[in-house]
Amino acid sequence: MTIVSTPERIKAEVKDFNFHYGAFHALKNVNMPIHERKVTALIGPSGCGKSTLLRSFNRMHDLYPGNRYEGEIRLHPDNTNLLDSAVDPIEVRMRISMVFQKANPFPKSIYENVAYGLRVRGERSRAVLDEKVEQSLRGAALWDEVKDRLNSLGANLSGGQQQRLCIARALATDPEIILFDEPTSALDPIATASIEELVTELKNKVTILIVTHNMQQAARVSDYTAYMYLGEMVEFGVTDQMFIKPQKKQTEDYITGRFG
Amino acid sequence: MKDADLQAIRNLIASHKRNDAVFALLGILCLMIGVLTLLALFGEMWVNGAERLNLDFLSSFPSRRAGQAGILAAWVGSVLVMLVTAAFAIPLGVAAGVYLEEYAPKNWMTDIIEINVSNLAGIPSIVYGLLGLGMFVYTLGLGRSIFTAGLTLALLILPVVIVATRESIRSIPQMVREAAYACGASTWQTVRDHIIPYSAPGILTGVIIGMARAIGETAPLLVVGAVTFIAYLPSAPFTGEPTAGLFDWASAAFTVLPIQMFNWTSRPEVAFQANAAAAGLVLVCMTLLMNATAIWLRYRLRKNIKW
Repeated sequence: MTIVSTPERIKAEVKDFNFHYGAFHALKNVNMPIHERKVTALIGPSGCGKSTLLRSFNRMHDLYPGNRYEGEIRLHPDNTNLLDSAVDPIEVRMRISMVFQKANPFPKSIYENVAYGLRVRGERSRAVLDEKVEQSLRGAALWDEVKDRLNSLGANLSGGQQQRLCIARALATDPEIILFDEPTSALDPIATASIEELVTELKNKVTILIVTHNMQQAARVSDYTAYMYLGEMVEFGVTDQMFIKPQKKQTEDYITGRFG
Repeated sequence: MKDADLQAIRNLIASHKRNDAVFALLGILCLMIGVLTLLALFGEMWVNGAERLNLDFLSSFPSRRAGQAGILAAWVGSVLVMLVTAAFAIPLGVAAGVYLEEYAPKNWMTDIIEINVSNLAGIPSIVYGLLGLGMFVYTLGLGRSIFTAGLTLALLILPVVIVATRESIRSIPQMVREAAYACGASTWQTVRDHIIPYSAPGILTGVIIGMARAIGETAPLLVVGAVTFIAYLPSAPFTGEPTAGLFDWASAAFTVLPIQMFNWTSRPEVAFQANAAAAGLVLVCMTLLMNATAIWLRYRLRKNIKW
């Protein structure tokens, strides 16, 4: 088989995006592209709005009162504006799945955790569920560890395994984008390494957007990096260039650890 | 560190430990007052009523002769009234609690509903009796029946069930809710698949605590018209002449254990006092059994819920 390199395509675009938590203007005129089947990292000091931006992609803010979106996040190829009030947040979440900061498996079996997204979509066929669960657990590099105890509780797994279970849950529904919100911040270095390896593998199949506190992690796993500060997008670029030669002094200061 | 300083620290620690011991002792003392009072009550009922406690007592109707009187109608009445209470209080209370936690917008209407629910819990039970009399007996024409009694007690424990449901739902971590929504679940799917199953142990505990309160209620049932002397049981479904329907028992006249006790204690003959004590023992045992069931169920259900 020959590997054909396809030209890079844009999976999503953030356009003139503003976000308000009540009276607080959390994101200001953010513009950035999300490249298809690449890893895009969002970095910046605490409170810069990177998680807020990430959680706008699956309309998580709709769960809480007093939040307001302005501007667009266009999802391609259908050019749907995810933030449009006419677009149901459930539709958005069915296309874009998420992995959270702390592993949050349901207090159900490993199998049911992975199958949940499919059950929500009304899938009842045992054969389809079995196949998808196995495929997703393999995709999350967890299958070999859990294949003999699919009916035991997800909470009985180790921290790193739980996070991979959550990744399997996010994979099961064949999402177009997976959002990772600091997925390794509660994990030890070995578990962190396995998650990073997984992220790098997953980008062959799916577009990834990852928030991280850890600069080395952004450098290791991402293709593109966005540096944010106080709700603004300071710099966006190819990761390698950004870490070697940032365009802005502010980015350089943060990346080199002079502040943050 | 100098010896004198070290000694000072040790003295300080010793005095802190003394305070610990004093407080622990005080706590045990307070606990004992509660436990001993209960034991004394139970003991007294046992001394007075144990001789009457036998199968005949449980399977006989009341009688003018104390030695032949039993509590069959009363305990069956209590059980049936509790069934009706549970059948209405659980779905209504859980639905109301789920609505307030998961659906209700945060506005002044919701605030007023919340304040009212907590106020309802503080209303004297006899007022619920008046409500039951006015609404179920007269307005809806349900009569002085098991159904009326069950509905009245359901209203009485509704606030307890609602509050227990809400507390239990609030203890579910927000991140679990977010995980469900992030999978594309609707609010109803999240409630059905996650919120209710994970809060079930707490809801159950609240329900049973409410039921344990309801089973001992006398005042509201006197008001809605419990009878104090009844020598027959409601007909079981599909039995009797003419054949009873599935829910005909619910429209039968009734009495309950506390009312039977109240009736006996107001008699002058000493022998009836023994009957009252024995009925009291049965009532306490029913309550303890319910509480034990609650603890067991909660333990069973919680085993599988870890965050």
